[in-house]
Parts: sequence; structure tokens; C-alpha cells
Amino acid sequence: MNGKLPVFIIKNIIRIILLVICVSIITFMLMKMSPVDPLQQNIGQAALGGMSEEQIAKLQEYWGVNKEPAEQFLSWAGDFLKGDMGTSLLYRQPVGEVVAVKFGNSLFIMIAAWIISGVMGFFLGIISGMNRGKFIDKLIRGYCLVISSTPAFWLALLFLMIFGVWLGWFPIGLSVPIGVEAGGVTFLDRLYHAFLPALTLSFLGVSNVALHTREKTIDIMESDYILFAKMRGEKGFSLFSRHVFRNALLPAIILHFAVISEIFGGSILIEQVFSYPGMGQAVVAAGLGSDLPLLMAITVISSVIVFAGNLTADIIVSIIDPRIRKGRI
Amino acid sequence: MNKLNGRQWTFIQIIISASCLVVICIWGSLNADIAITSDFGLKNVPPETGHIFGTDWLGRDMFARTLRGLSISILIGVITAGISAFIALTLGIIAATGGRAADAVISFITDIVMGIPHILLLILICVAVGRGLPGIIIGVSLTHWPSLARLIRGEVMQLKESPYIKIAEKLGKSKFYIAKKHILPHLFPQFTVGLILLFPHAVLHEASVTFLGFGLSAGQPAIGNILSESMKYLITGKWWLAVFPGIFLVITVLLFYLTGQGMRKLMDPNTAHM
Repeated sequence: MNGKLPVFIIKNIIRIILLVICVSIITFMLMKMSPVDPLQQNIGQAALGGMSEEQIAKLQEYWGVNKEPAEQFLSWAGDFLKGDMGTSLLYRQPVGEVVAVKFGNSLFIMIAAWIISGVMGFFLGIISGMNRGKFIDKLIRGYCLVISSTPAFWLALLFLMIFGVWLGWFPIGLSVPIGVEAGGVTFLDRLYHAFLPALTLSFLGVSNVALHTREKTIDIMESDYILFAKMRGEKGFSLFSRHVFRNALLPAIILHFAVISEIFGGSILIEQVFSYPGMGQAVVAAGLGSDLPLLMAITVISSVIVFAGNLTADIIVSIIDPRIRKGRI
Repeated sequence: MNKLNGRQWTFIQIIISASCLVVICIWGSLNADIAITSDFGLKNVPPETGHIFGTDWLGRDMFARTLRGLSISILIGVITAGISAFIALTLGIIAATGGRAADAVISFITDIVMGIPHILLLILICVAVGRGLPGIIIGVSLTHWPSLARLIRGEVMQLKESPYIKIAEKLGKSKFYIAKKHILPHLFPQFTVGLILLFPHAVLHEASVTFLGFGLSAGQPAIGNILSESMKYLITGKWWLAVFPGIFLVITVLLFYLTGQGMRKLMDPNTAHM
């Protein structure tokens, strides 16, 4: 049975490569459709008007604006594979560097939020499922419902207002203190600045896992082995630790790998509110400024992460549960 | 009061939620003019009896602006959820009945759309189409169908294999007859619930993209714009600009969720005896 796992993984990796190629083509086409003229957007109408025909032609040549779209895409893809992601029109730096810095800032928030919301959601789901119909179950379900109706950016605004402005516990924005040299920024400073965005994102991510785990826990609680365990006199924590925990863990982990893209989307919105200089802010700036190379790079990278998350979930499933693997291959 | 059973309660709950949404929608449309009328004599008024939500830095009444914003959101939500659900229905049925090749192609497309984070894809589409109403409608419609399409595909696949449909085929019933008499009645409840549960996502994403500056133009009193403007005034303590519109957005989305969940309860045979 285990001999089939490598085949399964290789098949999926090929599929992911195809998907990523399609994602990059679609992104490229969407950017080409855009009515915004990249030249005008990045130089400014006034400056463009003041230039001579020759200068404009030179710039167009330099940026390859007049080449065939297919040719443009292929030259971009060729460079991308070699590790050259082009130059960001907005930041006037190689895209690779911009992405590395921004990603580094965001990754911290996203990973923290992913783990915290996963753990919190899992336990809330179990508590809720094991106490089905009681007050605590209603409370947790209500919380999940309200949280999934709350726009990420509004919760961020609220937290910013309460903890940042009124209580003054946390800084209002940025990932490092203002007026401090880059070398003088300590890890604690970064942690302090990332805390509120990460907290907001964690709060938002809880509801999916919690509701999913709750359903699973209810199924488990209705099973025969739980009935038998209860007959033997097990209850409360021992019931949880010996029977519910492991059975509910797998579905929760699988689901949590599948919601990576939600965390990604949430972080785009939240970073905007906290003016935290991460990926989200770069995406918005690149979108508003029609910075094609940067936007392409971010889209491709984020879709690779999402697909990798899905693949990880699939692999975990197939290692642990042979029934599903059989059905899939 | 007479004791009502669970189904009756759920039914009443659906009616109340739905009528609240209709009232917000109509009231907001009636307030369209007040929402953009500025009164410089009444700038930055905190909430009080005349202006229960206060006024902004141009003296515009926040209550009218909030209602107007919500009505825009609800209308966009209805249009986009409708288009999305239609795409989902079509693709789901084609994937389930069109043979292996069609299924593979459609599941590949679904994977692509799900592979790019929603907000990012929305931003890309809005940039491509150009900002404004068409961009947001196309963007939200094109990004929200995958989960419902998968659901419908699974449902149709299952139905296709069920004994009574096999028997109907053997009896020589036409495909159209089977689709109309046997498949659609089963699909309808799933589809309706799926459609209603698309609204909350559509509304939230519309607000989010507008908030980021890719959606409706800045002059329109959309909720995303109202909240994005309020950010500038947050630090100076004008909390009412952000708090009330946000709470009302949450309530609107909640009403959609409650309606959808109620409908699911009523239509799902597993919860028939409540």
C-alpha cells in the first residue's frame, strides 16, 4: 500500500506545476487587460507629457511595453525560472528583494495566527461538541457565527481603536518603531508590533476549525465506542483525552491546511489597517500602481503556498487513512 | 403564548431576517440623497438625538450613509451571488454529466480559482476590469462559485448512481424527463441554501475590496469606503465613524447567515423533526 504514495505525490506535484503555470498566465492576462497604462501610472502624466517622443520610445523599449503579450509572458517566465523576478516598478528594487522583505514580515503574523487559531479552534470545537446543546455550546457557536460575519478589516479597526488608541497598549502601526536604526530593532520590538495584527487574524481564523471540529466531535460522541466508554464510567477529561482527542485531530488538521488561503486573504486586509509593511500592503500598492512584476510574483508565490498546503493535507490523509488513498488513486 | 414547534420558530426567524434585509435595502435607497448631503454647520457631531450615528467631517449624517451603504452592499450581494450560483449550477452539472474530460477540465478550473487567495484574485480582476461597479460585480461573481459547484457536482454524481434513476433509465425515460422529474427536485433545496449562503461571502468581499480601494469609487457611500475614510479620523477619537457602520454590516451579514441556516434546517430531511 505504501508503495503507491510516491506515485500519488508525484502526480500531485505535476498537477500543481500545471496549476501554477495557469495561475501565472491568468494573472498576466488580467494585468494586460487592465485599462491602466503602466507608463503613465509610474512616471506620472505630467512627466510623460514633458518627455520627447524619443525618450518615451526608449522607456517603452526598456520596459518592453510594445512587445507581443505572449513574448512578454515568455520572457517573464524564463527569467522567473532562473530566479530573476524582474524589477518592481513601484519600489524600484528587484522584486525578489521586495518580496523577501515583505514576506518575512507577513510570514510571522500568518504563521502565528495559523497556529493559534488552529489550536484555539480545535479546543473550542471539542468543548462545544462534547457539551452539545448546553450553554457553552451555544456560546461558542454564537461566537463562530458572529466572527464569520465580521469583516476582517473592521475587527482590525476595532482592535486598533481599543488597544492602540484608547488603551495605548500597542503601537498603531508599522513593524518596527519609528526613528530607530534598522540595526537597533530588537526581536521584541518586532514581536510587539506584530502582536495586534496576529491577534486579530487568530480571532478570525477560529470559526472554521471550531465548527468543523464540533461536527466531528458530535459524530464521535454518538459512536458505539464512546457509548461503551461511558458505560465503563469514563467521563469528562479522560473521555476527551482517550477517545475524542485523536479522532477529532485529523479532520481538524486537514481542514486547517485547506484554509491557508483564507489566512492569506485576511492578512492582506489586516495589514492595510495596521499599516504593517508586509505582503498585503505590497499587494495593494502593486495593484493600485499596476506594478505587474511584483503582482505576478506575489500571486504565483501565494498560489504555490496554497497548493502546497492542500497537498500536505492530502498526504497526511493518505498516510493515515488508507481508505481515502484507495479511493483517490 | 402557544408553544410553537422548532419548524415554526425557524420559519418565523427566516421571515423576520428576510424582512429586516428588505427594509434596510429600501430604507437605504430612500436615503440616497441625505447620505451625500453635507452640512458644514454640523461637522463631527458625536451621536445624539438628531443624528443617532453622529456626523462625519463634512457634516454628513452617518445613519443615512450607513443605511445607504448597506443597501448598495445588499444589492451587489444579490446580483453577484445570483450570477455565481448560476455559474456553479452550470459547471457542477456539466462536470457531473459531461463525461471524464469535462469533469477533469472543470475541476482543474475550480482548483485554479481556489488556489489564488480570494482577495488577491478579486484585486486582480478589479484591476483588469477597471475600478467601479462593473469591476466589483464581475470580480465577486467570478470568485465565489467553486465551493457550490463542487457541492452540486457531488450531489448530481450521487443521484446519477442511485437505484431509482437507474431504473428510470432502464424504463426508457428520456434524459430530459429524468433531469426534470428526478434530479432537479433533489438539487433545488441544496442549490437554494447554497445560493443564500453565498450572500454573506459576497457582501463581505465587496466591502473588503472597496475598503482596499479597488472597488466602488471613493465618492459613493459604500460601507467599505465609509470605513476606509473613518481610518483617518480614528486616532483623533471619532470612534462613531467606524463603530456603527461596522456593527450594522455585521448584523446584515448575520441576517443572511440566519436566513440560510434556517432554510437548510427546513429543507434538510435530517432535521425534519425538531
